[in-house]
Amino acid sequence: MATNHHEKIEKSVPLLVIFTIIAISFGALVEITPLMFQKDTTQPIKNLRALTALEMEGRDIYIREGCNNCHSQMIRPFRAEVERYGHYSVAGESVWDHPFLWGSKRTGPDLARVGQRYSDDWHYAHLMNPRDVVPQSNMPSFPWLDENVLTGEYTAKKFEVFNRLTAGKTHKDKNGNYIPLYSAEDIAGAQAAVEGKTEMQALIAYLQQLGTHLK
Amino acid sequence: MIMTDFWSWWIIILTVFSIVACFVIITANLKNYTHVEEGESMGHEFDGIEELNNPLPKWWTYLFYFILVWSVGYLALFPGLGNYEGLLGWKSSNQGITTLAESKALSEKAKAEGLLVELDQEMKTADEVYGPVFKKLADQPILDLAYDEEGFKVGQRLYLQNCALCHGSDARGSEGFPNLRDNDWLYGDSPETIKETLLYGRKAAMPAWQAALGDQGIEEMTAYVLKLAGRKVNDKLADAGEAKFGMCAACHGADGKGSLAHNLPFGAPNLTDNIWLYGGSKKAVEDTLRYGRNGVMPAWKDVLGEDKVHVISAYIYNISHPDK
Repeated sequence: MATNHHEKIEKSVPLLVIFTIIAISFGALVEITPLMFQKDTTQPIKNLRALTALEMEGRDIYIREGCNNCHSQMIRPFRAEVERYGHYSVAGESVWDHPFLWGSKRTGPDLARVGQRYSDDWHYAHLMNPRDVVPQSNMPSFPWLDENVLTGEYTAKKFEVFNRLTAGKTHKDKNGNYIPLYSAEDIAGAQAAVEGKTEMQALIAYLQQLGTHLK
Repeated sequence: MIMTDFWSWWIIILTVFSIVACFVIITANLKNYTHVEEGESMGHEFDGIEELNNPLPKWWTYLFYFILVWSVGYLALFPGLGNYEGLLGWKSSNQGITTLAESKALSEKAKAEGLLVELDQEMKTADEVYGPVFKKLADQPILDLAYDEEGFKVGQRLYLQNCALCHGSDARGSEGFPNLRDNDWLYGDSPETIKETLLYGRKAAMPAWQAALGDQGIEEMTAYVLKLAGRKVNDKLADAGEAKFGMCAACHGADGKGSLAHNLPFGAPNLTDNIWLYGGSKKAVEDTLRYGRNGVMPAWKDVLGEDKVHVISAYIYNISHPDK
């Protein structure tokens, strides 16, 4: 009689863990690993540009306030979505997003192409009290954004970090060399560009550029 | 998405290996290797409940095999195995796009060849159903469409979905967002002008005058602007404001009746009609003079397309000119 291998695995926690990890890793090896080496998913679309200092601060406020818990930034290639939100999202639009802000659920609408769709004044009114412009909205108000003033203390540092994160994934110059996302000049002027601006201005600047680079 | 041969084979080999491995593991585990006869006790007993050596129900076992067969069929028909496109040639959408022009070119090319991706096929099907309906409306001049019952209804729905956010569901606007029912216009009320406003948007620019006028100057100018609108003010202040009104006349006209009255395209409002976009209180007018205003109407050409904008323009024309 053959030995009962199955029983051996079932009764040993280390063996069970090892074989489970091997079994589920196949999905990741097939579906995720190749994406890290695709041109589509690692190279920017033609007109992608780096976030400005103010937009960068706005992005961090977007993350801090958890906007991505209720808003996705991912238009799927279905007619219903394309008609409502615009051209479906393509991978090359998010290669510089760290972390990506695709979200996973829509309590509110998708924001992947909200940029330039409404005026700055509208965003201001809406963030101060969403009910003022959309009576049935259940979005929270964010009035403190209008009071908090940015110091820009870490803006330059963020630029440097993003230069490191996007190395090898940026546009190239004529000679085929990668152009860093932020030049030394950008980094030097980063703090001055945001100092004294309100968080509201930063968030609106970030929102107004969303999805406008695919043209 | 085309990948290199290495990654294509990587996916193919791992996928096929997984399917074969699943088949082998399921088949091997169907054998009884417990040294216990089927239906007999495994030797565990808790509170009189025994564990018997019963096999998995047959229908359940068959389900495993069915899923394996399904996956083989699926991978043959649809794209899944690396660069292999599948027998059906099905694609969800065009991949590898880096500009809108590329996306459009790919769709057009597919249309010409009759090989549509799923999304383009959905759009085509919808266009066959709704296209003629819209075409009928879009072909009518705005002046006719505005008083056409169907045109009005379609326009109203499009308005509620896209415009009510700023201008309100009743189209009466609010602070900073123009009232569309009062027949007071910044850029003109001809059907063509309304359509142009919707298609390309508008950017207004009232400069900030705090630096040029100073606190005293702002107070005087506020008094004069309110006087122009027919409000009761301190005449002495208003006269001092009027003396400086030359700086405003370039946009609002020397008579303050606004750029439209002088056939100019700036969208500078008529100051004499007591209609206020940002509020007519003394404080609101002061703020406007002090800090300026930058009203923006977004452009809808790329979002909605010309046909829908045409129908909405007719709706706007109707509600602002309710009497034909």
